[in-house]
Amino acid sequence: MLSVSGLSAYYGRAHILDDVALDVGPGEVVVLLGRNGAGKSTTMKAIMGLVPPAAGRVRFDGAEIAGREPFEIARRGLGYVPEERRIFTGLSVLENLEVGRRPPTAGLRPWTPERLFALFPSLGAMQDRPGGRMSGGEQQMLTIARTLMGNPKLILLDEPSEGLAPVVVERMAEAIRALKAEGLSILLSEQNLHFAQAVSDRATIIEKGRIRWSGSIADLLAADEVREQYLSV
Amino acid sequence: MENLVLQALSGLASASSLFLVASGLTVIFGVSRVVNFAHGSLYMLGAYLAYSLVTTLPRGHLGFWGGVIGAAVLVGLIGLVVEVLLLRRIYRAPELFQLLATFGVVLIVQDLAQMIWGPQDLLGPRAPGLRGSIEIVGMRFPLYELFLIGVGPVVLGLLVLLFHRTRWGTLVRAATQDREMVGALGVNQRMLFTSVFFLGSLLAGLGGALQLPRESVNLHMDLAIITEAFVVVVVGGLGSLTGAALAALLIGELHAFGILIVPKITLVLVFLVMALVLVVRPHGLLGKPEAAARGGQGSAEPVIGPAPPALRWLGLATLAVAVVLPPFLGDYAVSVLTELAIAVLFAASLHLIMGPGGMASFGNAAYFGIGAYGAALAAQWLGAPMLAGLALAPLAAGVFGLLFGYFCVRLSGVYAAMLTLAFAQIAWSVAFQWVEVTGGDNGILGVWPSAWAAPKLVYYYLALALCLGATLFLRRVVHAPFGYALRAQRDSALRAEAIGIDAFRIRWLGFGLAAAAAGVAGGLFAYGKGSVFPTYMGIPRSVDALLMVLLGGVQTLSGPIVGALAFTGLQEQLVRITDLWRLILGCIIVLLVLFFPQGLAGAARARWEARHGDA
Repeated sequence: MLSVSGLSAYYGRAHILDDVALDVGPGEVVVLLGRNGAGKSTTMKAIMGLVPPAAGRVRFDGAEIAGREPFEIARRGLGYVPEERRIFTGLSVLENLEVGRRPPTAGLRPWTPERLFALFPSLGAMQDRPGGRMSGGEQQMLTIARTLMGNPKLILLDEPSEGLAPVVVERMAEAIRALKAEGLSILLSEQNLHFAQAVSDRATIIEKGRIRWSGSIADLLAADEVREQYLSV
Repeated sequence: MENLVLQALSGLASASSLFLVASGLTVIFGVSRVVNFAHGSLYMLGAYLAYSLVTTLPRGHLGFWGGVIGAAVLVGLIGLVVEVLLLRRIYRAPELFQLLATFGVVLIVQDLAQMIWGPQDLLGPRAPGLRGSIEIVGMRFPLYELFLIGVGPVVLGLLVLLFHRTRWGTLVRAATQDREMVGALGVNQRMLFTSVFFLGSLLAGLGGALQLPRESVNLHMDLAIITEAFVVVVVGGLGSLTGAALAALLIGELHAFGILIVPKITLVLVFLVMALVLVVRPHGLLGKPEAAARGGQGSAEPVIGPAPPALRWLGLATLAVAVVLPPFLGDYAVSVLTELAIAVLFAASLHLIMGPGGMASFGNAAYFGIGAYGAALAAQWLGAPMLAGLALAPLAAGVFGLLFGYFCVRLSGVYAAMLTLAFAQIAWSVAFQWVEVTGGDNGILGVWPSAWAAPKLVYYYLALALCLGATLFLRRVVHAPFGYALRAQRDSALRAEAIGIDAFRIRWLGFGLAAAAAGVAGGLFAYGKGSVFPTYMGIPRSVDALLMVLLGGVQTLSGPIVGALAFTGLQEQLVRITDLWRLILGCIIVLLVLFFPQGLAGAARARWEARHGDA
């Protein structure tokens, strides 16, 4: 579904990503693990075209998308959920969803506000509330729901558990499993191994902009030295 | 009493017209963050096109109203073309560059309009069906004014519906806050921006077209309305429609009653109110903090290093020419060189606030003018000799710089720039309307240099020495600890404060210093010309300074020097050889912005660095 190889990116002169490669198969949940500043968010932004990739290939759904504009990439069925949520604070919940709305994708059940409110019940209770007057957890749900309104085939989910209360993290994990059950592919970025292992099939570890390890979640749980080296704080 | 009612009604009619123009400006700014100077030109084009259409189409309702609507749509299309050809390419450029580009469009439109419609005022026909007047509280009131009063609220209502009840409106509001995110959700921002420009331009065109039965169409409509529209938009809060409506109401009524109550200070009144609003509410009546807007920002400002040897030699060579050549030139050439030297210092003073300081000033001419008036008033009323006048000039400008700056530097971005403009207009109005002291429009004449400095050549060397000294001093300041602090607060006021820098104080002193330097330039200019006029403080002169700095490049120290020489030289030559100098200058500005977005000196440096590896 998504196949990245040799991806490099710079901020000014700082080399942020170096030869990043990763794959996400259809219906698969892959987690990109790494510490703060390892390059997780930049990888996602580079895939989405928000940070122009300096080199490398990004194939999505049979087409090369590296160098394309974010809106074109989104229209091909790649959804992006930013780490900072970036809710439109002046717009109501329903209006936020409206901004994300795109035509249905063949083979996937189209998302509607009603279906999303079933997935995230707390949003349903505040449809007309401005995005700026919601808690962090509610905003996180809204940003995912907003991206889903575009009926993506794959979503890039940047640190969805960050800064959320444990109860909310638990609900987020349930939602991600529900999305996987719908047949959606997901590339997740996380620092929280506990959360990642609960929802992911495979893991890829990034450190200082380079991919250091890839394998199944089970392998990662068995490889103590890998976790020790790249993930422990 | 009846008079007051009529005055209030006519204020409403003005407010309505003003709102049409300002609403377009605020909508465009909200989404694209472009401060569109050319909005007034679109308004003027609306009036001219309506004149042509209405006088060509058959008389009657269809001809008139068809002509008005047709003109509005045509102006919308013109705005669309400007967006696609020009602005679309520079959205990532710094805000002020876009302003510069749109100012280029202003110049181009002025000459084109003059070529097409001629320099004379044009009087359009009255609106069919609305020619008469009706009786209100026993007085006659024109029907057309009454109609205009209705147009504003109707347009406001339609716009509110458009923005809150349609998908397009929702997308526009979302893009106003975070356009990058809207793009990542699959919305083609380009189409969105272009359509917003179409709408905004259409509103400006409509505003202009509807003036046709009210006043004559002329070539000064563009700059007259743009200042007012800026005031309305800023007072209302950038990007806020309801705010623009409120502010238009406020300004419209202020005009209407200002004339009745305090006729002496009508010109100042509007800007006083704007200054007051901004001091109390830094983001306008209904505006939100600008920092909330994201996406499309350029990279960090480059670090300013010492000049490379090649540049040093080039500077010295230029200086050598400037010292050695003049004795062999005629008086005219020497006075042109004097003006060039003054322009360099004037540009350098603005550069200190804009480049290292990170604040745009639309009112730098105020301090130039205060310097000039300081010297001239001292000469006229105190009989002060030239040297005393020249010493007084920076003092007066510096004091006023500190006074005005105390309020300006608290704000940021466009609001700060607008407050500097407001203070400059206040200074201009005082010079213009306080006839007893300043001579008003006639200025102060006979401000001649002392006998020893009377020969053009001697005065040139005096000006060169003072301007060069002051410019080098400003350069030195940038490299001193004060300059580091100034740049630190520009890059991050919060972090600068966290390491103990009083950002406000640094900015304030920087503003005052720049004002004093502009004052030196103004004083020299006054004695060089032998007279001072209110135009020394006018908006065009402030814009000149902006053009010089932006043309040269904001983030290089040699930028203002190169820019001042290029701009003043170019303008001087163009005015001499062609009537169409505005058209040509406008085209040059537009091309420069498109191809040298870092300015002339910035482009030269980029090329130099590319050739010599990383500096």
